[in-house]
Amino acid sequence: MRVVYLDNNATTPVDPRVLEAMLPYYREHFGNAASRNHRYGWIAEEAVDKAREQVAKVIGASNKEIIWTSGATEGNNTAILGVARMYVEKGKHIVTCKIEHKAVIDPCKFLETQGYDVTWLDPDQTGRVSVNQVRQAIREDTILVSLMFANNEIGTIHPIPEIGSLCKEKGVLFHTDATQAFGKIPIDVEAMGIDLLTMSAHKIYGPKGAGAVYVRRRKPRVRLQPIIYGGGHERGIRSGTLNVPGVVGCGAAAEIALQEMPTESVRIAGLRDRLWAGLNEQLSDITMNGHPEHRLPNTLNVSFLYIEGESLMMGISDIAVSSGSACTSASLEPSYVLKGLGLGEDLAHSSIRFSLGRFTTQEDIDYTIDQVVEAVNHLREMSPLYEMAQAGVDLSTVEWQRH
Amino acid sequence: MAYSDKVVDHYQHPRNMGSMNQSAPDVGTGIVGAPECGDVMKLQIQVDNDNRIIDAKFKTFGCGSAIASSSLATEWVKGRTLDQALQIRNTEIVNELALPPVKIHCSVLAEDAVRAAIADVKKKRERAEADTEAVGTK
Repeated sequence: MRVVYLDNNATTPVDPRVLEAMLPYYREHFGNAASRNHRYGWIAEEAVDKAREQVAKVIGASNKEIIWTSGATEGNNTAILGVARMYVEKGKHIVTCKIEHKAVIDPCKFLETQGYDVTWLDPDQTGRVSVNQVRQAIREDTILVSLMFANNEIGTIHPIPEIGSLCKEKGVLFHTDATQAFGKIPIDVEAMGIDLLTMSAHKIYGPKGAGAVYVRRRKPRVRLQPIIYGGGHERGIRSGTLNVPGVVGCGAAAEIALQEMPTESVRIAGLRDRLWAGLNEQLSDITMNGHPEHRLPNTLNVSFLYIEGESLMMGISDIAVSSGSACTSASLEPSYVLKGLGLGEDLAHSSIRFSLGRFTTQEDIDYTIDQVVEAVNHLREMSPLYEMAQAGVDLSTVEWQRH
Repeated sequence: MAYSDKVVDHYQHPRNMGSMNQSAPDVGTGIVGAPECGDVMKLQIQVDNDNRIIDAKFKTFGCGSAIASSSLATEWVKGRTLDQALQIRNTEIVNELALPPVKIHCSVLAEDAVRAAIADVKKKRERAEADTEAVGTK
């Protein structure tokens, strides 16, 4: 029985080439990169420096601007809390968006409890925030704008270069959580006016527990108050012995991603479009969530009207995907990202996110189309909402007996 | 959290999935839940003159546990009288389907759907009786 993995935005398998690169640093080259006085340390340090270069190259940065972290959640905390505390004399206002990842939302919410003021921008129905919205939100006391490069649930890409340019004009630091965009689409921190950027290895076929944050050193020199103390590693920004194998894996994954990006992004976008076309051909009443053009090549978020996401996932149980349905979340809340698009909660409950990847094949896609169509039809037969809609009832006018 | 075998079974082979004529005098219809909550169950019962449920049908918009709970409910009500059907408790559904704590509310909704269907047919009968009485006194 085939098993298909279409949840690459959640995590990716480690590329065999990345694993090969990492293994020596678990075996014979196990040194601490901070051991300055013997070969074990020097070999580890060399590997770490090489990885810094590999990551920097993906975004057009200098290797001196790469700080290693345990992943994007730590990276976002480092950037946001770091800037907030360092620049507190300059101001206490932050601009961000309602559909950011929790790793951005939660630090910002925490800062609100510490006397900071946060403006939460509303995206439009495709998930995009406009430059004008950011312009209107920026004040005299704004110290940071944090907007993700691409959204993890719907794949929508913000107008990053324009926002970066605006922030330069206003003298406000610009941070972008690029976890989903890094290595998938071109990023240039100079051209795009980015001052801080978060990335994660396990989204680009690298190991979990490793990532990096880019911290600009020139024009302007960004300073951060650390969130982890203890020895002053990583320019004092992130103390702690480096996870050398993880760092090596992160670097190797970044290098492969950069090399393969031109061909891979085209191939994967083609498969994604094939998936959408296949579903659209055979199913009525389905909608795509997110921006049709400004989006990641691998992400397809679809709402299948009149059926619920978790039951659909059960119906295609050998295909791994995720859903914005309340039933699939530990909190029983539907996806706040889909809710934030203002399209109605029932669309969230009926949504499935397909996120394709390097190892996705055309057979995978064709199989998925067949399975999804079969399951959707089966569920619609079972659905009182579909029955009512077919009978011409306008579901928005029905008075439901909630409990 | 893997799905329990019984829940998967009800999804693949739903019992009594379908619809009855809602306006028929011997049919009770219960529709509970709301789309924005992610759960809507329609449960229908057909009742004979001895107040016995001779047939039941369901349709559900909801997760696997919700589908299984309502499918199971239609299995259980068949053959019971209305009063016996009122004794079905959501906890029995939880046990039968091995529902985890986070899915208990699905069983509660199924219990509500049964009650709503019973209430509906009772209301229809009371109205019918009132009508025949009214006719009789003319």
